[in-house]
Amino acid sequence: MLTPKDERDLAQAVADAKGPLWVQGGGTRASGRTPQGEVLSVAGLTGITLYEPGALTMVAQAGTPLAEIEAALEAEGQMLPFEPYSLGGVTGVSGDTTIGGVFATNASGARRVQVGAARDLLLGVRFVDGRGEVLRNGGRVMKNVTGYDLVKLLAGSRGALGVLTEVAFKVLPKPEAVGHVTLTGLTDAEAVQAMAAAMGSPFDVSGAVHAPAGIEEEPTTLLRVEGFADSVTYRTERLRDLLSRFGAGQIGTSVEPWQAGRALSAFSQTVRGPGGATWFVSVKPGDAPALMARIAGAHDCLYDYDWAGGRIRIHAMADQRALHDALRAEVAAIGGHATLIHAPSDLADAVPLTQPEPAPLAALSERLRAQFDPRGILNPGVMG
Amino acid sequence: MDMPQPNPAIVSRKAELVERLHRVLPDRAVISDPMETRAYECDALTAYACPPLVAVLPATTEEVAGVLRICHDMGVPVVPRGSGTSLAGGALPTADCVVLGVSRMTEVLETDYDNRFIRVQTGRTNLSVTGAIEGDGFFYAPDPSSQLACAIAGNIAMNSGGAHCLKYGVTTNNLLGVRMVTMQGEVLDIGGAHLDAGGLDLLGVICGSEGQLGVVTEATLRILPKPEGARPVLIGFDSNEVAGACVSDIIRAGVLPVAIEFMDRPCIEACEAFAKAGYPMCEALLIVEVEGSPQEIAHQLRLIGDIARRHNPVELREAADADEAGRIWLGRKSAFGAMGQINDYMCLDGTIPVSQLPLVLRRIGELSGEYGLRVANVFHAGDGNMHPLILFDANTPGQLETCEALGAEILKLCVEVGGCLTGEHGVGIEKRDLMTVQYSPADLEAQMRVKDVFDPDWLLNPAKVFPLGASEARRQTPRASAA
Repeated sequence: MLTPKDERDLAQAVADAKGPLWVQGGGTRASGRTPQGEVLSVAGLTGITLYEPGALTMVAQAGTPLAEIEAALEAEGQMLPFEPYSLGGVTGVSGDTTIGGVFATNASGARRVQVGAARDLLLGVRFVDGRGEVLRNGGRVMKNVTGYDLVKLLAGSRGALGVLTEVAFKVLPKPEAVGHVTLTGLTDAEAVQAMAAAMGSPFDVSGAVHAPAGIEEEPTTLLRVEGFADSVTYRTERLRDLLSRFGAGQIGTSVEPWQAGRALSAFSQTVRGPGGATWFVSVKPGDAPALMARIAGAHDCLYDYDWAGGRIRIHAMADQRALHDALRAEVAAIGGHATLIHAPSDLADAVPLTQPEPAPLAALSERLRAQFDPRGILNPGVMG
Repeated sequence: MDMPQPNPAIVSRKAELVERLHRVLPDRAVISDPMETRAYECDALTAYACPPLVAVLPATTEEVAGVLRICHDMGVPVVPRGSGTSLAGGALPTADCVVLGVSRMTEVLETDYDNRFIRVQTGRTNLSVTGAIEGDGFFYAPDPSSQLACAIAGNIAMNSGGAHCLKYGVTTNNLLGVRMVTMQGEVLDIGGAHLDAGGLDLLGVICGSEGQLGVVTEATLRILPKPEGARPVLIGFDSNEVAGACVSDIIRAGVLPVAIEFMDRPCIEACEAFAKAGYPMCEALLIVEVEGSPQEIAHQLRLIGDIARRHNPVELREAADADEAGRIWLGRKSAFGAMGQINDYMCLDGTIPVSQLPLVLRRIGELSGEYGLRVANVFHAGDGNMHPLILFDANTPGQLETCEALGAEILKLCVEVGGCLTGEHGVGIEKRDLMTVQYSPADLEAQMRVKDVFDPDWLLNPAKVFPLGASEARRQTPRASAA
C-alpha cells in the first residue's frame, strides 16, 4: 500500500506508478469489487487547513476523517449541509470515512432535496491527475465562474479523473430546532404523492423519506422541517394540515423520530450479516413507485425512498444478479441511474458499478478520463 | 482586448456558407446582409464590437444541428448567443464567424409540479420561466439583474447567479438536464428530471463552459414553491468595515437571509439621485431580505435588527408594506442604470471571502485614487460577490485603457485575498487574459483538455475564456485552418 504523507508525495507516487492504482480514502465505501493494482491511500493527508465560520467555508486535506470535520463544525454550531451518509453498516468495513471520500462519491443524504448534493456545496479542489500533476480548480468562495467547473466534474468521479488532495466546501449553521410530520399506512404511490405535496409547499421541507416496511410492518412516511423553534412549530402544523387528505399526521419536535425513522429504513436494516447487495437509484420521484412495484414484485428485496421518492435504496440478500439486470434495464428505460453501492465480489466484479450510459455519453466520458489519466491507471473500471 | 484576425479563406467562402445555411434554415433565419449582421456585433460589453460573417436564428434543435454540421464541415467558427446581455463579451463575434442565436427558441415544453421541474427551450428569458409557473405558486430561483432580457442559454453558459442565490444557489445548482448539440452536430441528452449524475458529472462541466462545449437548446430546470412572503430591511452604517462585520455576524447567527446586498456611498448617492428611493446618505447600506410567513419574517427581522443595533447603525428601516419593500429594492435594482446615466462604467464581478470585505473595500478606494477614476461598489455581500463599477468617460482618449488597468488591479486583489476573477458574469474576453492570475498553466491546460474532448477543432466560441496565447496552438487546428 502506498501511504503518501502529503500532496507532493502523492503526486510523486502517481507519477512513479508502473501499473493501476486503487485510490482509497478511509475505505469505508468499498464497493466489494476486487482491488486492482496497488492501493494508494489518501488517509495520510489530514488536517483542516482553514475554517471561517463567518464565511461559512472550510478547507481540509482530503484524508481528514469526517468525524474530525464534523467535530470542528459542531464546536461552532455549524454542519455539513448535505448530510453525508455512512456506509459502514452496508459494507461491514469499519474505519474513518474521509472528507475526500465523501466528495469523491458525491455522498449526499436526506437534506439534498433542500440544500443540494455534496457536489453543490463543493467550492474548490486540489487533485493529482493520472500524470502525477497537481491541479487546482474553483476556490473557497461561494460564487465562482472563473473557467470551467472541474469541481463538479471531480465530485462523484470516484478517483477516476484524479486523486483529491484538498477540498474547500460550504457549511451552514445548524438549525435551532427540528420537527417532523409522520404519516403511517400509505402505499408507495400515496407516499410519493404526499411527499410531492410537501415539497411543493412553501414550508421548506428538509427531508422526505418513506419506508414501506416501517415500524412493525406499518409503512411510515417522515417529513422534516428545520429552523428556528417557533417557525418549526408553525410549519409542521401547516404541513400536517396540508397533508390531512393522506391521514392524521403526527407531529414530533425532537430529533429522535428522524434518527429513528432513518433507522427504520431498509438502508439501515441491511446489517443482516455479510452477503447483501445495495443499490442507490435516482429517478424522477413520480416514476419510483411503479418501478419498485415491478422490481420488488419479481425479486425479494428491502427498499425505501429518500429525496421525496427521487432516490430509492434497495437491499437484497439473494437473487442479486437478476435483480441487478432488471433494475438497470428498467432505469435505462425510464431515465435515471442505478449505482451498485456494495455487493459480494462476484457481483461487484461482474457488472459496471455505475449505470451504463448511452453510447455518445459513454464515449465522451471515456475521452475525458483519457485526458485526465492517459495511462488509465486511476481506479480502472470503477466509473463504467 | 485583442481578438484573433479573421481567416480570409473563410470570409472568401461566405456565399457558399450562406447558400448551405439556407438549405437547413428558413429564409428569414439566415442573416447575411452586412447592414443586418451589425445587430449582432456586440453584447452588453459594448466597448468591443465586430459584425459576424453571418448570423442564424434556428427554431429547433434539428436546425441547430444542421447549422453546426455545416460550420464544422467548412471549418467556420461559431459564436453561440442567448440574448446578448453578457457583460464579459461572451457573445462577441469575429468577422469570420457565424453567430448562432437561440432567441427564436422560447417554448415551454413540459411543466411538472409534482416532480418540481420545467423543461424549456433555452432562448426563453429567465424571468419568463418564472412567468410561466408563478400563477401556480412556483418560481425559478436564479435571478440575474438582467433577468427580464437574458436567456436561459446564456444563464447556463455563464452559470449565472443573482441576488437571491445566497439561499437558492446559482444556475448549476438548479439545472437538472440539458439537450445539447456538439460542434459536430451530434444531439446529446444529459441529465433529466432525476437528481445528480450516475457517471461523470458532464452537466456540471457544461454549465459555465461559456458556449465552448456545445449549444444547449433545451433545459430541465428545478422549480421551487414560492415562499409565503418576503420582506427587506434597510440598514445604514457610517463605515464599510462595520457593515462588513454586520454581514458576517448575521450569517454566523444562523439567520439565512435570501439576499444581503451592499452599497457604498458613491453608489448610494448615484442611486438616490436617479431613483429617489429615500436612501439615507451614509457610508454603507445593507439590504437584507428574509422570507417566510408573517411571524417567521418578524422573528428573523427581530434577530437581524438586534445584531445590527450592536453595530450602531445610522439607519434601520423595515419595510412596513409591499410598497415600502418595493422602494427599498428600487434603488438597488436601478444601480446600474443610475451609473449609466452619469458616466460610462465598467462592471467588475470578482468574488472574495466575506471576511476580506473591509480590506478589499479599503484597497479599492486607494486604487481608485491612484488611477484617478471613481469606483462605486454594489454587490451581493452574503456570498462575497463584488460588483465594483469603475466610472470613466469613453470619449476621453486613454480612459478606457486606464479603466481596464484599474479593473485588472482590483481583480488581482480579489484573487490575492483568496477569491476569484468572476463570480457570475463569466470570463468571456474581458477577463480572458487575467486567467493566469488565478490559474497555473497546468490548471488552464487541464481545462482546455476538456474542450478538446467536446470540440477537438476549437470552432465553438474559440477566442474566449483562455488567454489567446495559451489557446493559440489549439485554435490552429487543421480543420480551423483548412477553410
